[in-house]
Amino acid sequence: MITSQRSLTGSSQSPRSPPSQPYLSVSVMDPVKLGNGVQAYISYRVITKTNFPEYQGPEKIVIRRYSDFVWLRDRLFEKYKGFFIPPLPEKSAVEKFRFSAEFIEMRRQALDVFVNRIASHSELQQSEDLRTFLQADEETMERLRSLETGIFKKKPADLMQMFKDVQSKVSDVVLGKEKPVEESNPEYEKLKHYVFELENHLAEAQKHAYRLVKRHRELGQSLSDFGKAAKLLGACEGQAVGKAFSEIGAKSETLAAKLQKEAHQLLMNFEEPLKDYVRAVQSIKATIGERANAFRQQCELAETMKLKEINLDKLMLTRSERVREAEHEYKELKEESEEATRRFETIVRLMSEEIVRFQEQKTQDMGIAFHEFARGQARMANNIADAWRSLLPKLEACSA
Amino acid sequence: MMGSENQGFQEAHLFASREEMENLVLDEPLSNLNDHQNSNSYSSYRSAISSLSNTTHHPMSLPILATPADSDPLLSPPLYLNPNAPDNNSYIEPPSYADVIFSPFDENSFNGLESTSQNPESSLALSRSPSSSTYYIKITVSNPQKEQDTTNSLVPGGNTYYTYLITTRTNSPEFGSSEFSVRRRFRDVVTLSDRLAEAYRGYFIPPRPDKNVVESQVMQKQEFMEQRRIALEKYLQRLVEHPVIRLSDELKVFLQVEGRLPLPTSTDVASRMLDGAVKLPKQLFGESTAVVEPHEVLLPAKGGTDLLRLFKELRQSVANDWGGSKPPVVEEDKVFMEKKEWIHDLEQQLSNASQQAEALVKAQQDMGETMGELGLAFIKLTKFENEEAMFNSQRVRAADMKCLATAAVKASRFYRELNSQTVKHLDTLHEYLGLMLAVHGAFSDRSSALLTVQTLLSELSTLHSRAEKLEAASSKIFGGDKSRIRKIEELKDTIRVTEDAKNVAIREYERIKENNRCELERLDNERCADFLNMMKGFVVNQVGYFEKISNVWAKVAEETSGYAKYSF
Repeated sequence: MITSQRSLTGSSQSPRSPPSQPYLSVSVMDPVKLGNGVQAYISYRVITKTNFPEYQGPEKIVIRRYSDFVWLRDRLFEKYKGFFIPPLPEKSAVEKFRFSAEFIEMRRQALDVFVNRIASHSELQQSEDLRTFLQADEETMERLRSLETGIFKKKPADLMQMFKDVQSKVSDVVLGKEKPVEESNPEYEKLKHYVFELENHLAEAQKHAYRLVKRHRELGQSLSDFGKAAKLLGACEGQAVGKAFSEIGAKSETLAAKLQKEAHQLLMNFEEPLKDYVRAVQSIKATIGERANAFRQQCELAETMKLKEINLDKLMLTRSERVREAEHEYKELKEESEEATRRFETIVRLMSEEIVRFQEQKTQDMGIAFHEFARGQARMANNIADAWRSLLPKLEACSA
Repeated sequence: MMGSENQGFQEAHLFASREEMENLVLDEPLSNLNDHQNSNSYSSYRSAISSLSNTTHHPMSLPILATPADSDPLLSPPLYLNPNAPDNNSYIEPPSYADVIFSPFDENSFNGLESTSQNPESSLALSRSPSSSTYYIKITVSNPQKEQDTTNSLVPGGNTYYTYLITTRTNSPEFGSSEFSVRRRFRDVVTLSDRLAEAYRGYFIPPRPDKNVVESQVMQKQEFMEQRRIALEKYLQRLVEHPVIRLSDELKVFLQVEGRLPLPTSTDVASRMLDGAVKLPKQLFGESTAVVEPHEVLLPAKGGTDLLRLFKELRQSVANDWGGSKPPVVEEDKVFMEKKEWIHDLEQQLSNASQQAEALVKAQQDMGETMGELGLAFIKLTKFENEEAMFNSQRVRAADMKCLATAAVKASRFYRELNSQTVKHLDTLHEYLGLMLAVHGAFSDRSSALLTVQTLLSELSTLHSRAEKLEAASSKIFGGDKSRIRKIEELKDTIRVTEDAKNVAIREYERIKENNRCELERLDNERCADFLNMMKGFVVNQVGYFEKISNVWAKVAEETSGYAKYSF
């Protein structure tokens, strides 16, 4: 089971460490269905334990719903450009599954992981929005949620699209050239290529993982049906053979239950982490979009500045009255340009740090997922072998 | 940049086929499987056991180990330890069935293909209790060839048909030699089947393959021929395994006599009806015997050329059903009726179980396939991460993935092997379901024989009452009435003949009843033995393969145990 401690990698934070060590640990628990009909939703209890001075106390419990988590993610995405914001589980689900126990549990787990990743990230954990999220009362939260302007609601995919659109506009209008405004950094190109390819590979692996869950369920079902049929046949046959069939039937039904259980474990501990991996890569793609935006802005401003400089020189030569005005504009523009450059360079720096962290995080996450998968499969296979083996002396007795 | 572990993957992307990808991953178990292919391999677990213990034994013969009750290999597994088994220290304490097992028996199951269709051996060949036959007979059907019908071809170019080579191998002294072949066409098989049905009333005669007229037009030639070839082989093999039918002359003639099949062909229904229609007027007008000759009662009325008899029996069966008249020849019919109902119930349960068995097999197959696909997806990921690695954490992850992927591909193989064995075991259910058809045939033989008896009895009583009336009438006339007396004499003759026929019919009915009884007993015994075998085989198979699968995953769990501390 993935718990909150799982993502506390490399950090010394844990609720059990001595009080002098700073810690922030969060649990997302107790999903409860609220509301009626179309407006029904799930609310979660979010329990924060911390000794951070900025927080109101050692423990705080609040009630949050999915859209509150989305708000948090969007705020972080806006404010912490360059960082890989941890991914959220998907927003929509097929209507009939929306309140299935399994879906709710999977979502709860993913939300728990989400918050904890933020809480254990040395920069993101300082976020004021995080504090608000973890501590504010429900009315405040609701108010903040409804203040969301359109731009914050854009999904990363939308941002990428925007970036692409803007990109083509810029190349035609501002520069008057055909070249797209992109970094010519070969290493960065390699990274981008890696990220996009990785998503494809992971999506495929996740697809098969999901199918494998289904196969477990199907095998369980067929064992159950076979068991019933065997029992009926046993009842008809009677005597030794009948008894043997009945035993086999009963055993099949027992194993069917074990298979269903393993299917659930597989879903939670293997398929979900893979999905999470895919989401994380999508989050990186959003950051790539942000970086492209920042780069474009920087280029734009640099170009505009050049033009303004030329214009200013021209004005100075002609001793126009507009020189002062132009100088002022130029100064402002220069500041903006420097700001844009700073922003861009920050993103570049952060990204290179984040990518290291990301790779390490994923190696660990996958390592755990693989371990759980292997353990689960070994356990299941063992159970099946044991169950059938126990039948053999009985079958012998029937033959005698 | 790339570790040595990547060598296999450098070539991997060049191969399109999944099989080849899998083969690359599994260098180690591959060599073991090759070993298995070289040893004698069989299609049922019993034969596997016997092959391991007795390699000098003729591969085609019935196992000398006789019935499972005698020397059950399960009681002493260490004797049968497969030296080629890759894992000799199993995850669980002995007896480990992983070692006893189910190597992939032929290349086909290795590749995950269903091998039942390609394996000519019928699983029943070795699963029947051999106590009734100490000799073996094995039939192979092969080599379909196109031939021309040279005689009475109305159409120029003639009638073409296919013949099959039917080869018999036996050490039974009933046959002249130990191996011989003949060519037969499907029509000959129909003839054989019809003759056997007439000669062996009351026996559970294995049903012959369908004519499949529609399929023969619709299916691909190759496919249809293969389907038919297999069906013929199974049918003939079952015939020779039947303790009574194997001794029949008809069968011997079919298997041995070269050239045209010297058995009377079943005439068309049309020409039969024609014959019967010719006879009827004569019968009605008293020109030919209106009476059933004794020898004729040995065959059922239906399908014969004696239409009058057909009508009489039909009337009788109607009388039976509607009149509610209790036929006098009854007594222990009640036991039989109970047995018949039980057989009906058994058939239903068998059908149900057979269906669920098929679903189970499909689910196991799917599991294996998806597991394999998952493995391959991870192999691709591993290769990708290694190629694009910028950090060591990626290489570590790639190594972990490879470990998982390899295990998944191995497990996938095991699932598919497990499944091809499961198919063979559970096939017994299908086989017995098919046998139910033969049982119905035998029961209907009995019913029609009984009907013949009843018809004759009722006819006799009619004749007797007619005779009584005539005698009563003629006794009133002093001196007698010449014509009436003649009539009485004729009537008495008819009665005598009919009496004889009745006796023959009763004897035949009793004979068929006895056949039924013997066959039911044989069915009970063999069925119990076969089903118990099936169940043991199925269970041992499951145990063995799941032990192997468990081992595979246990290794991965071991290798990734470093991450365990983060799980909780």
